[in-house]
Amino acid sequence: MLSLRPTEQVKARVAVAVMAGKGAAVASRLLGRGGGTALPGLVAERVDGTIVRDLGRQLGRGSVLVTGTNGKTTTSRILARALQEARIASLHNREGSNLMRGIASELIARAGPFGRIPAAAETLGLFETDEATLPAAAASLAPRAIAFTNLFRDQLDRYGEVDTVAALWRDALALTPKDATLVLNADDPSVAELADGWAGPIHWFGLDDPAFATEQVGAVDARWCRTCGGSFAYSRRYFAHAGWWRCTGCGRARAETETTATDIRLELERATFRVSGVGEVTMPLTGLYNVSNALAAVALAKILELPAAAVVAGLAGVRPAFGRQELVELEGRRLRLMLCKNPAGANQVFRLLAAIDPGPGLNVAVLLNDRFADGRDVSWIWDVDYEIVKDRLAACWASGDRVEDMALRLRYAGWPSPEAVKGPAALLDAVLAATHAGNDVFLVPTYTALLDLRAELARRGAVREFWKND
Amino acid sequence: MSAAQRVGYTGAMAADPATRSIRVAHLYPDVMNVYGDRGNVIALRYRCEARGIGFELAEVNVGDPFDPAAFDLVLIGGGQDREQRRIAGDLVAKGPDIRAAIDRGMAALAVCGGFQLFASRYVDHDGGVIPGIGVFDAETRHPGPLADRCIGDVVLMTGLGEVVGFENHGGRTYLGPRQAPFGTVRRGFGNNGEDGGEGAIYRNAYGTYLHGSVLPKNPALADALILAALRHRYGREIELAPLADDAEQAAHQAAAHVAERRSRAAGSPHIAGNH
Ligand SMILES: [Zn+2]
Repeated sequence: MLSLRPTEQVKARVAVAVMAGKGAAVASRLLGRGGGTALPGLVAERVDGTIVRDLGRQLGRGSVLVTGTNGKTTTSRILARALQEARIASLHNREGSNLMRGIASELIARAGPFGRIPAAAETLGLFETDEATLPAAAASLAPRAIAFTNLFRDQLDRYGEVDTVAALWRDALALTPKDATLVLNADDPSVAELADGWAGPIHWFGLDDPAFATEQVGAVDARWCRTCGGSFAYSRRYFAHAGWWRCTGCGRARAETETTATDIRLELERATFRVSGVGEVTMPLTGLYNVSNALAAVALAKILELPAAAVVAGLAGVRPAFGRQELVELEGRRLRLMLCKNPAGANQVFRLLAAIDPGPGLNVAVLLNDRFADGRDVSWIWDVDYEIVKDRLAACWASGDRVEDMALRLRYAGWPSPEAVKGPAALLDAVLAATHAGNDVFLVPTYTALLDLRAELARRGAVREFWKND
Repeated sequence: MSAAQRVGYTGAMAADPATRSIRVAHLYPDVMNVYGDRGNVIALRYRCEARGIGFELAEVNVGDPFDPAAFDLVLIGGGQDREQRRIAGDLVAKGPDIRAAIDRGMAALAVCGGFQLFASRYVDHDGGVIPGIGVFDAETRHPGPLADRCIGDVVLMTGLGEVVGFENHGGRTYLGPRQAPFGTVRRGFGNNGEDGGEGAIYRNAYGTYLHGSVLPKNPALADALILAALRHRYGREIELAPLADDAEQAAHQAAAHVAERRSRAAGSPHIAGNH
């Protein structure tokens, strides 16, 4: 090694890291340790902390990052599909692997044994990025654009306070190339304030449909204007702190948007809306929050100069991300998996359940786990408005590691006799016993509860194992 | 509380248990609500309504007038640091009235940041002082951004029995020599991770770091607050009908079990103050 010139040392380190990483991926699959999506990167990062930089900067079309509390997976998938439609080679990290190690894993998986990514010059990197990982990812990848979907309170035992995340994002922008485009959700004042002090280009996206303004906002974090400390007034509120806002102190207000959704129609399995510059689109996902996520993807597609037809086809062709309104058939029941990771996400899901036609009554199970990836603190369930569906239920269940907490919450929400069922096998048995072929059943799990549920569904032959799912 | 005052509060309603209600002030609900604080309101309402007791809730925000004689129970939750500063001035203005009402028997639950502000003062790591309202004789010091936060499951032994919950705070609170803690720590950090004390109690006012949804899983504490509020309004002879608390006790036991398991997994049979 000592005789190598510096650039060759780097190449050699990358090559060693790539081989170590690939070995770990194989080993972790052989050992049956889940999808093997995060472990190879973890090993490789120990071998070479600059792996993401060295591999990521080979990409001739550059990289775009997608971050935010909720929606980053959906946004990334829509854009990935649109890139595919536009026949642009792209490389993206897998679902749930959005830390540096997950990004490194994907780069390593694509690299040849000497640390070169084939056809790198023609390839775009699209990386879903954890909120707290953004500074490291921005510094390593020098992205050409970053999309920020929204900022909600998440698991405070992991991320600290909302203010902490906002500060991390400003740190990340200081490490981002000055000509990168920020794609900002104009409806979220906490995202919008990232525009302060950003001299480069900004692309705003947002919702414009008065029919979806509501008083029923659910748990709201207090937000204050960063400029003057004033509070925000809303002429329209869509959910939580998102809407058409204006600071009552200094008058700062929601920006005009370049990518705007109008004429929104939501159905159980699809959303249809008009997008400026694209036309009418339909996607097989529903909920106002998913329309907002779609806009972030459309905005990135515009920046990448994808043809409108590819955007339309990308939206139409997107498959629900893992557990996000994913439909699974089990003995004739239509199980709809509605992953909820935090109160904002859960409130949006329950608002959706409160808006659809319940038929003879909804069948709903809520699954609460408290492992690291879920957040060990389960207090957040008290910030979710489970109350809004209490009169629309036919059968309901609480489940998960913290089934007792969940059952108590649902009982206090006025749900009619929620049945407490501990494990996923017992839950599915209870669901099958209480429903008939043709029934819809909404299963609302936290992240690791979804993994457990998927494993049980796979055991019963209803789904494939998740890392083979794409 | 004098008899005259009590008559003033009760009027004709005390005679008819069917129309009893408690009047609850939720202080700064939009600001001090950082994690699950709604759960405490939901639990109090549920446990009142299950007994046919009315639950009259008023939200009190910055700048709102506050008449402490109009309430039997005051609630305040936790906020982010920046938010806490925003309401501190308003709370200090209301402080003397709140203190006087608590001296007359009003019940109070002050959680996390609310607990810090119901104590004497909060001293930032750079020496900045946010005054509290002095219901509890205690001072909170923030050891600075590099110090670990106190985060995790908590099990306490209190005068109301075992209490379980979750804490997440940066500040360390030190009680004055004659200030009683709410409980002693069996698992978790408590006030400061050093002295084994958690929270503070003064008359019917409880301060605690067990954030958000402490009441649903600790029905004895919820009922202590409801009973104190009823007695504040209707007199000392009031008793509470028991409720079947199977679901509450199941959640309580599950949380205690999780705290035990995680504590063993972390390899510390429990020491307050290993950080
Ligand atoms: Zn302002």
